[in-house]
Amino acid sequence: MSLQLPTYPQPDERGRFGRFGGRYVPETLIPALDELQAAYTEARNDPAFLNELERLLKDFVGRPSGLYLAQRLTEHAGGAKIYLKREDQNYTGAHKINNCLAQALLAKRMGKQRVIAETGAGQHGVASATAAALLGLECIVYMGAEDIRRQALNVFRMKLLGAEVREVTSGTSTLKDATNEAIRDWVTNVRDTFYILGSVVGPHPYPAMVRDFQSIIGEEVKVQHQALEGRPVPDAIVACVGGGSNAIGIFAPFAYLPEDQRPLLIGTEAAGEGVESGRHAASVAGGRVGVLHGAMMYLLNDDEGQIVPPHSISAGLDYPGIGPEHCLYSETGVAQYVPVTDAQALDALQLLTRLEGIIPALETAHAIHAAVNLARTMRPDQTVVVNLSGRGDKDVAEVMRLLDLGREQDAAPTPRTPEVHA
Amino acid sequence: MTATLTPTTPGAARLHAAFARAKSEGRAAFIPFMTAGYPTAQAFPAVADALLGQADILEVGIPYSDPLGDGPTIQRASEQALAGGTSTRHTLALVRELRSRHDTPIVIMTYVNPIYAVGPREFMRLAQEAGVDGLILPDLPPDQDLEIADLAAEHGMAVTFLIAPTSTPARVKLVAEACTGFLYAVSVTGVTGTREGSALNEVPAMLALARQHAKVPVAVGFGVKDAETAAQVAQVADGVVVGSAFINAVKAGQDVGALAASIREGCSQN
Repeated sequence: MSLQLPTYPQPDERGRFGRFGGRYVPETLIPALDELQAAYTEARNDPAFLNELERLLKDFVGRPSGLYLAQRLTEHAGGAKIYLKREDQNYTGAHKINNCLAQALLAKRMGKQRVIAETGAGQHGVASATAAALLGLECIVYMGAEDIRRQALNVFRMKLLGAEVREVTSGTSTLKDATNEAIRDWVTNVRDTFYILGSVVGPHPYPAMVRDFQSIIGEEVKVQHQALEGRPVPDAIVACVGGGSNAIGIFAPFAYLPEDQRPLLIGTEAAGEGVESGRHAASVAGGRVGVLHGAMMYLLNDDEGQIVPPHSISAGLDYPGIGPEHCLYSETGVAQYVPVTDAQALDALQLLTRLEGIIPALETAHAIHAAVNLARTMRPDQTVVVNLSGRGDKDVAEVMRLLDLGREQDAAPTPRTPEVHA
Repeated sequence: MTATLTPTTPGAARLHAAFARAKSEGRAAFIPFMTAGYPTAQAFPAVADALLGQADILEVGIPYSDPLGDGPTIQRASEQALAGGTSTRHTLALVRELRSRHDTPIVIMTYVNPIYAVGPREFMRLAQEAGVDGLILPDLPPDQDLEIADLAAEHGMAVTFLIAPTSTPARVKLVAEACTGFLYAVSVTGVTGTREGSALNEVPAMLALARQHAKVPVAVGFGVKDAETAAQVAQVADGVVVGSAFINAVKAGQDVGALAASIREGCSQN
């Protein structure tokens, strides 16, 4: 056995990272969370569990994912070398599978035959459905009606994998509402159901547990960066942040280094149409501390406590909060969180596609934008690692629609446009 | 087994008196629930008046955008109330208006985020001004915030936390000891709402455990929808909470007062 789960600082006895996190959930769930925590603590020290997880990550997922020098993107930026951590190479197309396999193994170990999951872009739903198929578990995925429209391909993939996709029409019909509905299911079926939560949000122990399962991303970067650059720690790391699971997976292995050894950690939040527009999903830049889905965190909510519907071009970042450990990183300056707009992300998606032949997910494109701008300000002997959290296949139809729209809008005021009304 | 009550606040005293009065009349206290601002801000006071005509205690819910402990009925009611402009502060204004006409104790049910967003101290001040007697906090296990109960007490109000069929003896003890108004036992694993058939078979065991630790009255809610289910619960509980059934009645244009009267009747312990 060589896989070890990391031993970064755990939240305090009340499940807090600083003042963030906790367990603001109906009392019904408290025993289930205690049970989960105990099972996780036991599993992470059990060689049988770790061996099985390692085998699946290697042979089923295809890990380690590559650390790839993006030469043409580097030339384009004209500064630091840009490396891409290729989580898009994982089976099912994103980082989500790392966590899903681990949680599904835990479900099986706990004797829970029924798993539930929430999904936004559908990546976590697909990964959960995949893990459930692999391990012979019943799987139900909650997905907002709006996201079902945006991500039809992933909906079909989940169904093909044998999962039941339940449409959520409450609230804004997106990820936060799908998460509400998954929690309601869990409250109702808590005795025989395992909730595979997809991000570093929710009640303790989820934020710490999901971080631990995703931190293989950053741990691999250390080894790969050492081999490529002769040192384990890059100068900067950039990742997109919705709830924040891919970002924490690549940040956490570096976040607890002494300050003078720590790389610059940049999380990109979805700024939608701009933070000042009010139509965004930037919880740090445009939110304030509140409670959602069991955790205290930076949150889009009004001065009477109602959650403000987020907006992002990418379903996976369309979440009004950000994980508690990120909140602590932000508050203590360990990482910085910067807003990136829909338009910037759409441009970055095309840029990476044209220059490197890699179509990133719309979520990931937010990080690409910030990484190029950052690399431009750095020296050629420095490195920036971008977490290429997912591939863009799922977004192609939506991107096509958006680019067509963009062309129409560009064309409209131009007198030279022929008036064709065929 | 009922231990001696030593109410710590005026709100707690009024709540305990309401339970005692019902008991002296051979009933479990009848505690109807209504979402503030439902069906509209204008129509809510009349609905509340009809309920207050029968209630021992009225529970008023602050409409919330993400009520994860609630089933579809109260979710939709909250969405409708919010769309009509009733949020946190307006709920307290509506209670204040009810208080000018009624002496029946009123408790507020709220998720914790509205309290934090208004500011706990400011929220308590506004609630006290409105005449709120107690708070029911469905997503706040008492060990998550050690200041809320004190702050409520400082403002003359009681607090109620919840236990569920899954609660371990240690959790029941912790929760029961934190309650100053009454203890709220959730009848089933699940969210609020009426259910097909009767699913109240876990209630007696839970109540037996609760009474080992609770110095305050114990009310039962979730899935109680009519006189029949109320009667089942009233056999073991000090109070019966009924919510979604009243929302459904309002929605269907039924006589809320008549339904309330019939359920109050069902609360008889004789």
